Amino acid sequence: MSVLVYTESENGKFKKNAFEAASYASEVAQQMGTTATAISINANENESLGNYGIAKVLNVSNDKLSTFNAKAYANIIAEAAKNEGAKVIVVSSSSDTKFLAPILATNLEAGMVSNVVAAPESTSPFIVKRTVFSNKGFAHTQINTEIKLIAVSNNAFGLVENTTSTTVEDFSPTVSDTDFSTKSTEIDKVVGKATIADADIVVSGGRGLKGPENWGMIEELADVLGAATACSKPVSDMGWRPHSEHVGQTGKPVASNLYIAIGISGAIQHLAGVSASKTKVVINTDPEAPFFKAADYGIVGDAFEVVPKLIEKLKEFKAQNA
Amino acid sequence: MKILVCISNVPDTTSKINFTDGNTKFDTNGVQFVINPNDEFGLTRAMWFKEKQGATVHVASVGGSSAEPTIRKALAIGADEAIRVDAEPTDGYFVAQQLAAVVKNGGYDLIIAGRESIDYNGGMVPGMLATLLDMNFVNTCINIEVEGNNVKAMREIDGGKEKIETTLPVVIGGQKGLVEESDLRIPNMRGIMMARKKTLNVIAPIDAIAATTDIKFEQPAPKGAVKLVDADNVGELVNLLHNEAKVI
Ligand SMILES: Cc1cc2nc3c(=O)[nH]c(=O)nc-3n(C[C@H](O)[C@H](O)[C@H](O)COP(=O)(O)OP(=O)(O)OC[C@H]3O[C@@H](n4cnc5c(N)ncnc54)[C@H](O)[C@@H]3O)c2cc1C
Ligand SMILES: Nc1ncnc2c1ncn2[C@@H]1O[C@H](COP(=O)(O)O)[C@@H](O)[C@H]1O
Repeated sequence: MSVLVYTESENGKFKKNAFEAASYASEVAQQMGTTATAISINANENESLGNYGIAKVLNVSNDKLSTFNAKAYANIIAEAAKNEGAKVIVVSSSSDTKFLAPILATNLEAGMVSNVVAAPESTSPFIVKRTVFSNKGFAHTQINTEIKLIAVSNNAFGLVENTTSTTVEDFSPTVSDTDFSTKSTEIDKVVGKATIADADIVVSGGRGLKGPENWGMIEELADVLGAATACSKPVSDMGWRPHSEHVGQTGKPVASNLYIAIGISGAIQHLAGVSASKTKVVINTDPEAPFFKAADYGIVGDAFEVVPKLIEKLKEFKAQNA
Repeated sequence: MKILVCISNVPDTTSKINFTDGNTKFDTNGVQFVINPNDEFGLTRAMWFKEKQGATVHVASVGGSSAEPTIRKALAIGADEAIRVDAEPTDGYFVAQQLAAVVKNGGYDLIIAGRESIDYNGGMVPGMLATLLDMNFVNTCINIEVEGNNVKAMREIDGGKEKIETTLPVVIGGQKGLVEESDLRIPNMRGIMMARKKTLNVIAPIDAIAATTDIKFEQPAPKGAVKLVDADNVGELVNLLHNEAKVI
């Protein structure tokens, strides 16, 4: 019996959320008096998981799996879980793991809890804390089944270094052709830029920016910070920015370390989706804008004056701290 | 083509969230319930299939009688028939099992669910449903076209999108993009009148387990006051983010 964690990689490189999920899994393993095993698919540097308390890595190398396929990946993780006799399975909250997790849960008849933000408060009964109502509340949820699937939120449990000696084993699961009845035919993805899901910092613009032609300074600010760009719902509805940048209750959730809202009023639906971010900054001309009640830092001012100054100051800061 | 749209009945997005009974229950007092926004996009997409490709559209919801106004709204928007499974939707696995029974009885080709319900944000019902039924599944679906048995879909991924090909029967977890905000339909008088005459079958739940139980709820800790920085002193913000918040 061990705790199994799926550690996600992209082009062979582990994602940050893989290390966070690994940290979580080793905490659960410690609580249960067992060890944590990771399963990785076409990943390099599997030993690096030892930095986060992983004792064993099951490494799958298979060209058929070079493109993500939810069913195939879920079946592989299920097979590993059965082989290991794992009772707790940990996954992250990327769009791919959110795709595969319910398939995996059903295969294993495992009770599943999403958006988990803290280590289990008890492992018998098994109770975890999760966000509900789009961050407007928390629930303490008990899992009643023998096998448990935990999907941890981004950036909530954090990275916990815990150096452990790790063995890496090859794992060759059965990959059946029927898994590919849902087939990826084309991927259109920005490369080399931070995404809302992974970024530590997100810079977001709202209707206060007046039009798409004014996004240059938002992108420049994001560049300086190594941040992802995002926007409010009306901005994507009007086609100023792509849908994939729409954040909030009905858009992408944001759980970054720093969220900078520029020309965004702070409607309840917007705040619900971004409030899991640790530090929030608002720049708005209207001191009564509701975002000021939800933010940690704020500047009452015109974005067209404040943002260029902020870019300049950040460049100076970077030059000094380089 | 026979389509089932799965509808979850959720608090309106502007709702204040409170808990009651010693923080063991969500307080529905004064809360307005609506069709889950992700399902509303899916329902409108289903209407297009009906109008352009002659599909039949049913809606299903697992919930008590309090869910009926929301189900009637879906009928007023244009669904042909509705099914309510008479049980409290306490857990995603439980709901998926109920919906799987509905799909088996109804013989649907396309099952449109939402990426997630905005109440408990589980994001699990569609994937569980597809797996229980051994059907194809596309999550975070932002476009779907069906020709004969062939399905072309688009999925939102972190940082972009992905084209997917599959076949019927298929379950999707849909969201905005399936149709746009401006395509959403508000029920008109005629729709509302017709909805009253449409069939709303109430069926008993099948035996199924709830895999999880919410023991207790909690509200987020109140937020401290915002620290304001003068617009003429932007450098101070950089200083605070570096030295105080330690995020840059
Ligand atoms: C069912 C439903 C779901 C929704 N889901 C979402 C969601 O997921 N995400 C979301 O974002 N919204 C969502 N909304 C919409 C939400 O209610 C608001 O309408 C929206 O968030 C407002 O966007 P905004 O702040 O960009 O625009 P506005 O509310 O118009 O605010 C613009 C702000 O810019 C400020 N401003 C103007 N000029 C300047 C300047 N020069 N410099 C600085 N500031 C300036 C103004 O003071 C104002 O506060 C949803 C609504 C509904 C009904
Ligand atoms: N009680 C329910 N009745 C019908 N469909 C539901 C119910 N709960 C969830 N769903 C469907 O499953 C989707 C995802 O919900 P969830 O897994 O609860 O986040 C929703 O958008 C609905 O389409």
